[in-house]
Amino acid sequence: MKTLKIEELSKNFGTTEVLRKINLEIDEGNFLVLLGPSGCGKSTLLNIIAGLETINEGNVFIDDYNVSKVEPKDRNIAMVFQSYALYPSMNVKENMIFGLKQAKTSKEKIAEQLEKVSTFLQVDKLLERKPSQLSGGQRQRVAIGRALVREPRIFLFDEPLSNLDAKLRVEMRREIKKLHQQLKTTVVYVTHDQTEAMSLGTKIAIMNHGVIQQNETPENIYNKPSNTFVADFIGSPSMNLIKGKLIKNSNNISFIADDSSLEVPINNYDFKENSDLNNKEIYFGIRPEHIYFKKLNEDDFDINLRADLSEYIGHEQIVTLDYSNQEILAKFPSTIKIELEKEMKLYFDLAHISLFDLKTKERI
Amino acid sequence: MQDNLQSSSYKELEQKSKYTNMFLRWFLYFVLILFASYFIFPLYVMVVTSLKTMEEIRQGTLLTWPSSLNFDSWLVAWGGRGYGAGDTFLRPYFWNSIKMVVPAVFFSTFIGAMTGYVLTKWRFKGDQWVFLFLLFGCFIPFQAILLPMARTLGTLGISNSVVGLVLVHTVYGIPFTTLFFRNYYISVPTELVKAARIDGAGFFKIFFKILLPISAPIIVVTVIWQFTQIWNDFLFGSTFSFGEAAPIQVALNNMVLSSTSVKEYNVDMASAIIAGIPTLIVYVLAGKYFIRGLTSGAVKG
Repeated sequence: MKTLKIEELSKNFGTTEVLRKINLEIDEGNFLVLLGPSGCGKSTLLNIIAGLETINEGNVFIDDYNVSKVEPKDRNIAMVFQSYALYPSMNVKENMIFGLKQAKTSKEKIAEQLEKVSTFLQVDKLLERKPSQLSGGQRQRVAIGRALVREPRIFLFDEPLSNLDAKLRVEMRREIKKLHQQLKTTVVYVTHDQTEAMSLGTKIAIMNHGVIQQNETPENIYNKPSNTFVADFIGSPSMNLIKGKLIKNSNNISFIADDSSLEVPINNYDFKENSDLNNKEIYFGIRPEHIYFKKLNEDDFDINLRADLSEYIGHEQIVTLDYSNQEILAKFPSTIKIELEKEMKLYFDLAHISLFDLKTKERI
Repeated sequence: MQDNLQSSSYKELEQKSKYTNMFLRWFLYFVLILFASYFIFPLYVMVVTSLKTMEEIRQGTLLTWPSSLNFDSWLVAWGGRGYGAGDTFLRPYFWNSIKMVVPAVFFSTFIGAMTGYVLTKWRFKGDQWVFLFLLFGCFIPFQAILLPMARTLGTLGISNSVVGLVLVHTVYGIPFTTLFFRNYYISVPTELVKAARIDGAGFFKIFFKILLPISAPIIVVTVIWQFTQIWNDFLFGSTFSFGEAAPIQVALNNMVLSSTSVKEYNVDMASAIIAGIPTLIVYVLAGKYFIRGLTSGAVKG
């Protein structure tokens, strides 16, 4: 039994296609993050799961039950919104129990739930306050509390942290993670922030233009992006994509960048398909943090590159390098002194590279 | 040497700008006082005249202060002289106006709130067109609808009655009240409605429990606007009612224009002030919310 299953789901607003044939499954207790740039359809997908938007094609199942035409209140879900959406005229207590009251829950049960959740979230001292008298973090907590008291099957979060300042955001992120660890409820969480996605999700579904690009664990998303969009979207700065082609002869396979004669051996790369590799035009993907200043592994490939620019950002520096007229970035500790306009010896960690087809942009 | 020269010229400039600022400030006060008196002057003349006897009015000028506080003309304007035929006074018409304005303001405000809520939070296909046509209602000159409206009221059997006037004012208030409420609710985050829907609240519950409690500022604006419009209306009142069903503005007109004997300026002035007092009261009581409601709108959740 899947807690949530989405089948061949499509949605359009007029002639604009927002979601295209989405398929998605979540197991009990998982934390799924929908990640993507603005306008990719992730919030629409969440609203559809909640029942706040209609569906054009496809179905949504909760616990194997088709809820596509079920009202939001009957779907056994709860949602936390970006603007918190606390009812301004009600105090914290009334906000939290509004849903239970609508569902005609008994007074004793309401009191019990309120007591339990408000102490758990440490808002028990704020029950009589109006939302306007709360700080951003407290509002966030009350909004989560309002969702918690209903003991839903699935929690939906719609960019809950993006209205908070940077410091509070990191704190609340940790609290949400803690919350999930303790409650083990299934969560669907929408964000455009990759750090949030990486740190919270047990699975991440990366979306672009209404299509899921990759739906895997954070580790796989980071290490094995399935196409150039994912490679570019995840990581900061994003993965270097060097244009070039593959050379294959008998047992050896290597990469040559455009306008370069240097052969980078990639014999250990785990190709999806082994045929037709010779002369294939590809992107050679390597993350800035996988270019080293010192040789770390036996297989690291040494290469001479010219440094053009160095950006100091505290604990590290981002150096712009020239790889036969293609600009690439590398991340080094800021303690290393870089001489600009000069070639230096660097090391590519070949265990962490990704190769993509130049035409289809897919991982090979 | 150069430094000295510069600092002295700065001093000069400083002095100069000080004089300019002082002059501008005095000029500003002068203009403000001028405008203020321009608006207060007619009121002054009205109040002063209403307190004089006819004798004093004939002998003095417009501006002379009354010799004693004499409220006789106010009593006459309100309650009449006590003789039978031809004695017009404001009291019954004042109550006519109250009976017309209270339900008309209530219904137009309530319906406007409802339509504003639907147009912003329960969008449907073609809702922009509905709103556009409602907006049209704000621009239609009232003279253009007098005849069809008279027919309608006749067919409904409520012409020449307070009920008919309530209907007319409610219908013609809705475009304005809808505009007010729509513009207010558009700044209320739609997420509030979504949250309430997930919590299990329906259309009316969301309206009454979530949106109306935060609508106080715009309700005040709408009530003031509608009250002023309806209370001060003469056109609809004089067209659709006569005799005993007339609202106060029509009665005021009859009173002032149809005097057979000498013009009693003091009674006329007192009547005009009485007819204007209710709007003044509404402004004084709710005025500070008026500005606040017009300028604010955003509700922080």
